[in-house]
Amino acid sequence: MRVTQGTFSFLPDLTDEQISAQVEYCLNNNWAIGVEYTDDPHPRNYLWEMWGNPMFDLRDAAGVMMEVRACRKAFPNFYIRLNAFDSTRGFETVRLSFIVNRPKVEPTFKYTRAEVAGRTVNVTMTTEY
Amino acid sequence: MSTTIVARGEAPPQAPPAPDVPPTSIDLAEDFRESGVAQVLEELDRELVGLKPVKQRIRETAALLLVDRARKKMGLSQTTPTLHMSFTGNPGTGKTTVALRMADLLFRLGYVRKGHLVSVTRDDLVGQYIGHTAPKTKDVLKKAMGGVLFIDEAYYLYRPDNERDYGQEAIEILLQVMENQRDDLVVILAGYADRMDKFYQSNPGFRSRIAHHIDFPDYEDSELLAISDTMLTGQNYHLDAGARAAMTQYIALRRKQPHFANARSIRNALDRARLRQANRLFERKGKVGVEDLSTITAADILASRVFSGGLDSERKEQS
Repeated sequence: MRVTQGTFSFLPDLTDEQISAQVEYCLNNNWAIGVEYTDDPHPRNYLWEMWGNPMFDLRDAAGVMMEVRACRKAFPNFYIRLNAFDSTRGFETVRLSFIVNRPKVEPTFKYTRAEVAGRTVNVTMTTEY
Repeated sequence: MSTTIVARGEAPPQAPPAPDVPPTSIDLAEDFRESGVAQVLEELDRELVGLKPVKQRIRETAALLLVDRARKKMGLSQTTPTLHMSFTGNPGTGKTTVALRMADLLFRLGYVRKGHLVSVTRDDLVGQYIGHTAPKTKDVLKKAMGGVLFIDEAYYLYRPDNERDYGQEAIEILLQVMENQRDDLVVILAGYADRMDKFYQSNPGFRSRIAHHIDFPDYEDSELLAISDTMLTGQNYHLDAGARAAMTQYIALRRKQPHFANARSIRNALDRARLRQANRLFERKGKVGVEDLSTITAADILASRVFSGGLDSERKEQS
């Protein structure tokens, strides 16, 4: 099942050129960019592993692409996303987040319903690989 | 950290959209004017005193790149020329200043995308412990992408006396990026001529990846005097006739003393002269005019220790 998280996720996967252009847009806004990866795209798993620290003071997308390529090489079958952080408010706020790599076969999510007191139903969602 | 990032100046004029059909002829002179290269070279001529061979080399490099660009437009060449450079010369001969101009030039010609200059030394590239160097070097490289990476005193990266020195690791990463990402950044290595030669001998990888070796000659006495005039004019000061004579004498004497660093020595001398001028005006009391505040007299310069044979500590060593 295609995971639709973050910006552009309903579009076909971005090419490297398109990713570069998006990164360029972020850098022009003075946003720092972080690369993150995970194998569990569960919506409640919002803390992905960091691929190094977010990158500050970059001028050109080539630097970010270098890290994206390195991360893809290490985790070709993981989800990789880019987060752009805006610091104008005095703290780093995510302004843009999009997936730049997906596993070949994406996991699905399984719903488990449990009937509890009264007629209440508790739903648990788990990632099925 | 001594990393400094210098942004480039204004943006070049927008080029008209490239036609699909390659042009059959290109007016190089017009290209020269329109790309803003002419302007950079003029600035270089105007703002930097002396350095004739350097200016000549830069003009040649600019011509080469301009022709190469024209060839590319006509579909005659596909590859990007190697642009990594080596600036050798004594301290204070204008290597950093020229590197800044070079970044601007390459930007105007479209060989680097952003045109900023990232200036680093060994400390910014090499880490303190195992596993510290690679991220540090990569960090600097990422910041320099799209611009020019200027490595001052590059020979410190290689320390043959310590085989476990982390400098080697930085060198390997640098070489790899210099080779694989030639479109993304230009590396300029700088340092003293003799030590850079030794550095290239022990690291043949660098030698073969660097196409342009530019040697910076020492300034002549008259050029140093012109430089001091430019520096002072920039700060709204000037030398009176006596001070000018004293300065000429100062330059000749200073050159013979140890740690002479060309234009940098002159800048330091002028800073101290300004200090003495301020003291002199302050102790004189009473009213001062514009003329008093902006004139440096012979006394301000003649008080320098250079006239009494250099620094006290060094005089003792010599005797």
